[in-house]
Amino acid sequence: MVDLVAQSADLVLRGNATMARYQNIFTQVQLRSAPEMGVPLPVGEEPRIRATSFNHWLGLVGQAQIGPVYLGWTGVAALICGFLAFEIIGLNMLASVGWDPIQLVRQLPWLALEPPGPEWGFDPFVPLAEGGWWIMAGFFLTTSIMLWWVRTYRRARALGMGTHVAWAFLATIWLYLVLGFIRPAFMGSWAEAVPFGIFPHLDWTAAFSIRYGNLFYNPFHALSIVFLYGSTLLFAMHGATILAVGRYGGEREIEQITDRGTASERAALFWRWTMGFNATMESIHRWAWWFAVLTTLTGGIGILLTGTVVDNWYLWAQQHQFAPAYPDTGVVDPAGIRSVGE
Amino acid sequence: MKPVLTVTLAGISGLALAACELAPKESYQTGYRGTGMNEIVVKTSVIEDEVPAPPYDPPGTAGPRAGEVYENVEVLGDVSVDQFNYTMAAITAWVAPEEGCAYCHDPANMASEVKYTKAVSRRMLEMTRELNQDWTNHVGNTGVTCWTCHRGQPVPNEYWTLPEDAAHEGIVRNKNGQNDPVSNSAYSSLPNAAVARYLLGGPLPQTARVISKGTFPSPANTTSTMETEQTYAIMMHISQALGVNCTYCHNSQSFQSWENSNPFRSTAYFGLDMVRQINFGYITPLTDVFPANRKGAMGDPFKVNCTTCHQGQNKPMGGVPMAWDYPALMPTMFSAAVRQADARMARERTGVAAE
Repeated sequence: MVDLVAQSADLVLRGNATMARYQNIFTQVQLRSAPEMGVPLPVGEEPRIRATSFNHWLGLVGQAQIGPVYLGWTGVAALICGFLAFEIIGLNMLASVGWDPIQLVRQLPWLALEPPGPEWGFDPFVPLAEGGWWIMAGFFLTTSIMLWWVRTYRRARALGMGTHVAWAFLATIWLYLVLGFIRPAFMGSWAEAVPFGIFPHLDWTAAFSIRYGNLFYNPFHALSIVFLYGSTLLFAMHGATILAVGRYGGEREIEQITDRGTASERAALFWRWTMGFNATMESIHRWAWWFAVLTTLTGGIGILLTGTVVDNWYLWAQQHQFAPAYPDTGVVDPAGIRSVGE
Repeated sequence: MKPVLTVTLAGISGLALAACELAPKESYQTGYRGTGMNEIVVKTSVIEDEVPAPPYDPPGTAGPRAGEVYENVEVLGDVSVDQFNYTMAAITAWVAPEEGCAYCHDPANMASEVKYTKAVSRRMLEMTRELNQDWTNHVGNTGVTCWTCHRGQPVPNEYWTLPEDAAHEGIVRNKNGQNDPVSNSAYSSLPNAAVARYLLGGPLPQTARVISKGTFPSPANTTSTMETEQTYAIMMHISQALGVNCTYCHNSQSFQSWENSNPFRSTAYFGLDMVRQINFGYITPLTDVFPANRKGAMGDPFKVNCTTCHQGQNKPMGGVPMAWDYPALMPTMFSAAVRQADARMARERTGVAAE
């Protein structure tokens, strides 16, 4: 151990030149060679699109090699459905400004494709101009997302990987479906769903919290925030740790895992010396995966319970000693105290 | 290279601050500690506005009544002739300083009803008196005058008319009454018809209440999230009109709970009622009197919202109690001594509230 510290001090002295290199935000080394074409596909798969190229700018933030890409029929169908949803939303917005492209650009953050109003309930057949376009855009977007999910699952299997990416993706699809379909179905009204649009979907979020008596007192919303902020914390800790041991090849995490004095061991020791506990090279990724996945899983549960099981989260939180009670200000509801003028 | 970099960085950081309000600010606590109920205001904005001085020293209220001396005086017939002339001079300065008396009157015959503006101003006088007498739960002891809205112009700067959008069918030029950055919805994408929905007035005014009184879902409240945006929009209108945030009135812990709210919330509640009465009781009945250039696209006259009086201040004109100089607009007459004492108190109150 003493030996290790001495080495480290040495490296700091000699490392001035390398320090700047490893703390740079861009990838320093770009490979240029015959393109890496990947492992052979299982029998019966469609071929990959074999075109490849190298891009210097992408190489600064990731792998410089572009392609080969495996699109497959799920990829093709997902892109078509996604394009249809994008067009329906975009053309509805363009129509709302009288087909004026300049106004489309100027007003874009305000524009929306709104779901059907409360008068339509959860009727699947709504006239297009009164929310039918929204249902159709939602259908194509959902189809596109689900096909893309199938793709992440099947590509992972084709590479002999686990399917962790697919399940993490499904966790966020869960929240998306709760917001746009499952909860509106339970409530029996499309008017509960989120509009497509930049400001409009944010206004929906605030209106949703107002209507249901302050979403911050929804315990699942609270959990979701914990996991969301926890995810950023874990990401910052892990990202910083690996960059900090980059001078010892820390990005080659797994192959260093059993050796002494490696970047891996230094990274682990740093946290054990700092806070007495360290995640391992494997388990830090499990931490990150669960925090990310639980963000949308708990969030979706919280949304689904709102309006279906609990209608006023503030009152619920008061009943369960979850929200503080403040001194009465003595202000009374003036409804009923009719003004003299009336 | 280095100086260039420094200069560039200094320039960029200057740009980053361009949207910041650099004027000195004051903050004061308006609710229980830890609830974020604070107001932050620019110091200069809490100073009372310069308002027009009385046209001349206020005359006494003794002497013959205006109704006995002049023809066709319907509203101010009960005030003295001196007061009547004094009030008329003030109104001219407040509403039509350039056009003068002839804006409402036929100079050849002041009693004539030829000009529509006379019919309108008569109703507006009645309205001002009603507001000062019956709506003290909103206007307090400060009261209002024509200046509160008009500010030296025949048509107040801020008004609204019924939105055109409702007439649209199909998707072309149809934004469902929202997604338009206009002042009535505080330049948000919220419904811009919310002002019309809540402030038009009528026998059964729409209430803004959307939050359930019970913890669990019940048929008592089936308001949708979509409908809630209307309430959100009118609240943002109030917020912008008064230059305050939500916590000026509400404890954001529960927007619903009155026992956690500030007294200003009651004032605002009666303000909504008052604006409904102004629009429904005074302005809408004048629809046939107004010419087309005083009406909106739907043929309805220019109406009042919170901004018409407040214009970005929590108290219009910084709370200066100018109405006290015009007893004809304050139907409840006070003795001079009581009036002066009250005016002083009102000024002090304004000062206290501003701190």
